[in-house]
Amino acid sequence: MRAFAMLVDRLTYTNSRNAKLDLIADYLRATPDPDRGWALAALTGALDFPAVKSSTIRNLLTERVDPVLYALSRDYVGDTAETASLLWPAPDDQSQADEPSLSEVVDLLRAMTRSSVMSDLPRLLDRLDGNGRYALLKFATGAMRIGVSARLARVAFAQAFDVSVDEVEEYWHGVDPPYPTLFAWAADGAPPPRTDLVPLFRPFMLAHPLDETVVSMDDYAAEWKWDGIRVQLVHVNGDTRVYSRSGDDISATFPEMAQALDFPAVLDGELLVRGSHQGGEDNDRTQGGAASFNALQQRLGRKTVSKKMLKEAPAFVRLYDVLLRDGEDLRELGWATRREHLELLMERLDPERFDLSRLIEADSFEALAAIREGARDDAIEGVMLKRRDAPYVSGRRTGLWYKWKRNPLLIDCVLMYAQRGSGKRSSFYSDFTFGCWDGDPDNGGELLPVGKAYFGFTDDELKWLDRHVRQNTVNRFGPVRETDKSLVLEVAFDSVHESKRHKSGVAMRFPRINRIREDKPAHEADLIATLRAMIRD
Amino acid sequence: MAFRSAPDFSWIKPDPHGIFVEPCNAWIDPSKPVQTALVTHGHADHARGGHGKVFATRETIAIMNLRYGGAGHDVTVPMREPVELGSGVTATYYPAGHVLGSAQILLERAGERVVVTGDYKRRFDPTCEPFEVVRCDVFITEATFGLPVFRHPSIGEEMQKLLDARAQRPDGCVAVGAYALGKAQRVIAELRRAGYHDPIYLHGALEKMCALYEELGVPLGELRSATGLKKDELKGQIVLCPPSALNDRWSRRLPDPVTAMASGWMKVRQRARQRNVELPLVISDHCDWDELTQTIREVNPAETWVTHGREEALLRWCQLNQRRARALAMVGYEDEDD
Repeated sequence: MRAFAMLVDRLTYTNSRNAKLDLIADYLRATPDPDRGWALAALTGALDFPAVKSSTIRNLLTERVDPVLYALSRDYVGDTAETASLLWPAPDDQSQADEPSLSEVVDLLRAMTRSSVMSDLPRLLDRLDGNGRYALLKFATGAMRIGVSARLARVAFAQAFDVSVDEVEEYWHGVDPPYPTLFAWAADGAPPPRTDLVPLFRPFMLAHPLDETVVSMDDYAAEWKWDGIRVQLVHVNGDTRVYSRSGDDISATFPEMAQALDFPAVLDGELLVRGSHQGGEDNDRTQGGAASFNALQQRLGRKTVSKKMLKEAPAFVRLYDVLLRDGEDLRELGWATRREHLELLMERLDPERFDLSRLIEADSFEALAAIREGARDDAIEGVMLKRRDAPYVSGRRTGLWYKWKRNPLLIDCVLMYAQRGSGKRSSFYSDFTFGCWDGDPDNGGELLPVGKAYFGFTDDELKWLDRHVRQNTVNRFGPVRETDKSLVLEVAFDSVHESKRHKSGVAMRFPRINRIREDKPAHEADLIATLRAMIRD
Repeated sequence: MAFRSAPDFSWIKPDPHGIFVEPCNAWIDPSKPVQTALVTHGHADHARGGHGKVFATRETIAIMNLRYGGAGHDVTVPMREPVELGSGVTATYYPAGHVLGSAQILLERAGERVVVTGDYKRRFDPTCEPFEVVRCDVFITEATFGLPVFRHPSIGEEMQKLLDARAQRPDGCVAVGAYALGKAQRVIAELRRAGYHDPIYLHGALEKMCALYEELGVPLGELRSATGLKKDELKGQIVLCPPSALNDRWSRRLPDPVTAMASGWMKVRQRARQRNVELPLVISDHCDWDELTQTIREVNPAETWVTHGREEALLRWCQLNQRRARALAMVGYEDEDD
C-alpha cells in the first residue's frame, strides 16, 4: 500500500503529462501482480466497493470528531476523503510492519458489508499513515481526482510494456481487475485476451469543436447532432448490451433496445424517446419524431422500468454508424463505405426501434451554415461533420469528425448565492446560484433562483468572483453564502424547460457563466418571463 | 455568540479596521491610517504606512523603515517593559514567535488585562524569540489555521523533503516560494540547522530583508543573488523567491526547477495543486489547530476573542470546552500570506 500511496501522492503534485506517464509506468513495471492490477483499476476508476460510501466516511468521522468541526473542515477542504485522511485520529501504537498490501486492502474492502463496514473500515484505516488513508479513501469512494484520466492510465500501461495503446483499448472492456490476462499479454508475451466471445464495449469515436475551421463538403458529410444520449449496441452470442458514452451498461434501463438487435453487430447511434418533437416536422417517413431531451431524462438512471413508461416513452436509436457486422470488422473502412453498409442494414432492423440519421444535403459550407442557422428544432444540438474517408477510431482524432453546436441561448441573471467548490475549485466560492426577476424590479418584483452553474469562467474570473462573494456576503446558511445581489452574470445555456421542481417554474439545460456583467445594474437583469419565452417544448 | 459579562472590557473596541483602545485613542494593527498605532509585527497587512505615531519593537520598526522609508515618529518598545499610553492604559510587548520582532501586546487598565496576539506560533523558530504565555482576562487571538485539519508536521521532516529533492536533481534546481519577511529567513536558518552550508540563491525581492535580518543578529550563512547568473550556475542549487515568482517569467531562467512552496496551506492537497506546486512544504509561521487550542488552555482567559481566520471552528471548540468566546469579524488581514 505504501508504494501505491506514494504514487498517488506524487501524481497529485505532478503537472507534466510525460512525468505522470513515467511515474505510472515505473510503478506498473516494479510492482508484482496482483497489486499492480488493482492499482491500474484504482487509477481507471474501475473499483467499486458498495459498502463504502461518502456517507459511510462522514458517519465514521462524526463518531470521532465533533460534527460541526467536521462540517466546517469538509467545507473548507472541499473533498471528503482528504478531510477524513487529515482528521483521522491515528493510533499511537501504529507500526509499519502491520501495513497491508494493496491487494489485502482491496480484499478487505470487498469483504465489507453495510453492517460490518463501521467496524472494519476503522481497523483498516488505523493500519495506514496519512497518505495511505488518503489513497484508500479516494479509490474506495470512486473518483481519484488526481489529474489522471482512465485514458492516461491506459497509455501509461502501454508505455510500461511497450505495447500498442489501441490494442490495450480494444481488450480493456473485456477484462476485469486485477487484469491477469492483460498483464500476462503485455508483460510476459502471452496471447492477448479474447474479445470475440463477450459483448464488448468499443470506445466511441468523438468529435472536435469546429470553432473557426472551414471544411469542403467534397471531403466531409454533414448530419444533425441529435439531442439524446449517444449509445453503442453490441450483440454477441445471443446477448445484446446497450452502452452509454462512458461505457456503462444501461441495457436494464432500456430493455426494449436490448431486445431489438438479434444478429452479431456493433452499432453507434443516438438514443431518443418517441414524440413529435425532434425531426417531427419533416414529412420524410424514414425519420419519425422524437420527444425532447426532457422526456428522455425521465427514463435515465432507472434500474427497472415500468410497463407504463415503456408504453408512454418508448425508446429508439437513430443510427450514425456501424462498427462490426456478422463478425466482420468494418472500422478500417472509410465513413462513406460504412454508411453504405449501415443503409443496407436498416432492412434487417425493426423500424419501431431504429431509424437512420439523415444526411444534410448541402453543396457548400456556406449552404450548410445557412441550413444550420435556420434549424429551429429544439432537438437538434447542432451539426456533425464527418470526413468521408475516415476510419472509425476511438477517441478524438484531429480532422476526422467535427461538431458544430448551435449558438447557445443567453440571459442576464443576478448572482444570489455561492458555495465553495471541490477538486480544482476547492475553497473557492465557485458554485453559483443566480436568479431572474419575477416582475418589474422597480415595482416590487423579486428575484427567484433559476439555475446553478460552476463553470464557464476563466481562472482569473473565478478569483474575481470568489473575492466578490467574500466581500459582498449578507448572510450565511451553513456552507452557503447569500450575496447582496448586486452582480449581473450573463448565463449561456442550451435550452430551457418547464419544471415543477423549481419555484421559478423553469429549468435550464447546461447553464454556464458566459460573462461577468459588472457594467450592468441588477435591476436591468432579465425577467423570468423572458426565460419562459425561450421554452420550446 | 456574543457573551456579555461584567466587567465587559468596553474600553477595548473591536472595529473592522483594527482594535481600538478608546481611552488613549490608539489602534492595534489598524488597516487604515490613524494617529497612534500599536503594531504587532512587520507583515504588510498588520503594519501599514501613513500612521502619525507607531509603537513597535526595534526589529518591527527597522522592517517598517525598510518597507515604507523612515516614518519619523516611531517609538521603540522594548520587550516586557510597560509603556504608558495615557488615560491609565499601559501596553507591554511580549514575544509572539511569528517573525523577527513580532510581539503580542498586553493592555492593562484598572486591573483588567487584555492580550492581543497579532499573528503567532508555538514552534521553535531560529529567527525569532519564542511566544510567551501571558496571563490575561481577555485573549484576542488569530485563527488563520483554526481548523482541525491543520496539523503542521515537524519542520525537520519538511527540510528533509527539500534536501532530498535537491539531491535528486543534480542537473536541475529547487525553487522555493516563501514570503519575503519571515518565511524565507526561517527556511534558510532551518536549512543551516539541518547541516546545509552551500550558498543559497535569492530572488532580488528577498535580498534586502535577508540583509536586514543579518544586521539584526540572525545569521543566515552564505547568500547569493540569483539575478544575472547563467542557468548552469544554478544547477543543483536551492533558490528562494517570493511565491508569485514561481509561475512567473522569472522562473524561466532556472535550470529545470522543481517548484516548492513553504506554507501552512500546503497541508491541503488541492490548495497545493491550485498553485501548481510540485513539492509542497508544510511550513507555517502561524499556530496550527493543536497550538491554538493548547494556547487557549494555557492562557486560560475569561474570554477569547477571535480576530481573523477560520473563526467559526475555533469558536465551536471554545463552546465545546465551556469557554466564553466571540468573533470580531476583522477585515483586511490577508490569511493567504503564510
